[in-house]
Amino acid sequence: MRGMTVIVQTVARLVAGMLFLFGCYIVLHGHLTPGGGFAGGVLIAAAFILVSLAFGSVENVEQHRYTFSSVFESLGGLGFLAVGFAGYVAGHSFLTNIWSSVGRPLELVSAGTIPLANIAIAAKVGAGLFAIFLALGASRFVMKD
Amino acid sequence: MIELYVLLIAMLAAAIVAVEVKDLLAAAVAMGMVGFSVAILFIMVQAPDLAIVQVVVEILAVVFFAAVILRTTHTDTTVQLRITPRMILPAVLYGAFVLMFAVVVTHVLRELPAFGSPLMNVAGNYIAVGLKQTGAANLVTAVILDFRAYDTLGEAVVLFTAVVGVLTVVRQVGHRNTSKEEHS
Amino acid sequence: MVPFIACLLLFLFGLYAVVLKRNLIKMIIGFSLMEYAVNLFFAFAGFKKGALAPIITDAGMAKNFVDPLPQALVLTSIVIGLATTALMLAFAMRIYEKYKTFDITEIRKLKG
Repeated sequence: MRGMTVIVQTVARLVAGMLFLFGCYIVLHGHLTPGGGFAGGVLIAAAFILVSLAFGSVENVEQHRYTFSSVFESLGGLGFLAVGFAGYVAGHSFLTNIWSSVGRPLELVSAGTIPLANIAIAAKVGAGLFAIFLALGASRFVMKD
Repeated sequence: MIELYVLLIAMLAAAIVAVEVKDLLAAAVAMGMVGFSVAILFIMVQAPDLAIVQVVVEILAVVFFAAVILRTTHTDTTVQLRITPRMILPAVLYGAFVLMFAVVVTHVLRELPAFGSPLMNVAGNYIAVGLKQTGAANLVTAVILDFRAYDTLGEAVVLFTAVVGVLTVVRQVGHRNTSKEEHS
Repeated sequence: MVPFIACLLLFLFGLYAVVLKRNLIKMIIGFSLMEYAVNLFFAFAGFKKGALAPIITDAGMAKNFVDPLPQALVLTSIVIGLATTALMLAFAMRIYEKYKTFDITEIRKLKG
């Protein structure tokens, strides 16, 4: 996959870090402001896609990125299940919100397992969509007519 | 209220362009406009969560469409102006379905609550006890991650299946012994 | 009433593209339009005139909110729509690589 011109590369270098930071902010404050795991995860995937489109890549780097994103996606899925099992182990049913009385409402540390579940969902959605983009946009075999 | 109607008309016009135009890349861009109009309509009905997700999902959908179209072909070679006999039966069936749909819709829209005054039986309970039982100030997050967390688990499974499906379909197995040149 | 009818019109445009078009990419665009129409219909069904977004900013505020339940259902539906569109596009790319065309009548003729 070829890269793009110098203007696009310079702007991508400046903007991608801010996009990633903004995505993390939306995920972590998901229980206080609009957003949550899905919006932040897709935004993080968009940051990675921007870097990948602007700078291009060669074959072995693509394989490395596939492995990296599949590891993160699996970690996200297992993290969500671990949050669910934490509720089961603590005596209530599966996927109960068990630490919901820790901290005061309307602060960052509150709402029990909801921020942890948001982080797991963001990892899963972000890594999954980046892997789909690599498969559709950078795989090797389709020829232009 | 006038801006709601203007946006609805813009959305329908962009949808007609996306379906009818001959160049496929232009169709993808028109679909992007439909998605952005839907996002602004979400803001107008006071749903900021949905607006954020719709904007970024729409951008990614246009990127996926453009990636596939730029790697294959730009133009739609099936647009023709004659009416062939093959096209009559699907057109008649589609017309019959639209008539039946219109009849059912006029009945149903009379039974639904009017636009702007929902019933809110279950949601009234969620709003009343949401902050106290979950501790989350964003009530939509409280609903999807505490009251209805199983739906989120189902969504995670569907997304995982879709990613595995795409990677399986696109993956190439073994060596290709045809004489096509490499795409770098 | 009028916003509901606009959503159903968008759904019918998408269905027209799926049933009556012969190009694969146009059919995928039709599926995507149908999904947008259904999500928009749900969001319109939860709207309450003069109410605020369902975010509590102050512990003692008066709770005049729109319905949060359709918003929660639509939130996962939007991301699932993207995932199924991507899967359909992957299939379309493979079909083009094998048959060199997106026309479904040609694809039916050339077998193997």
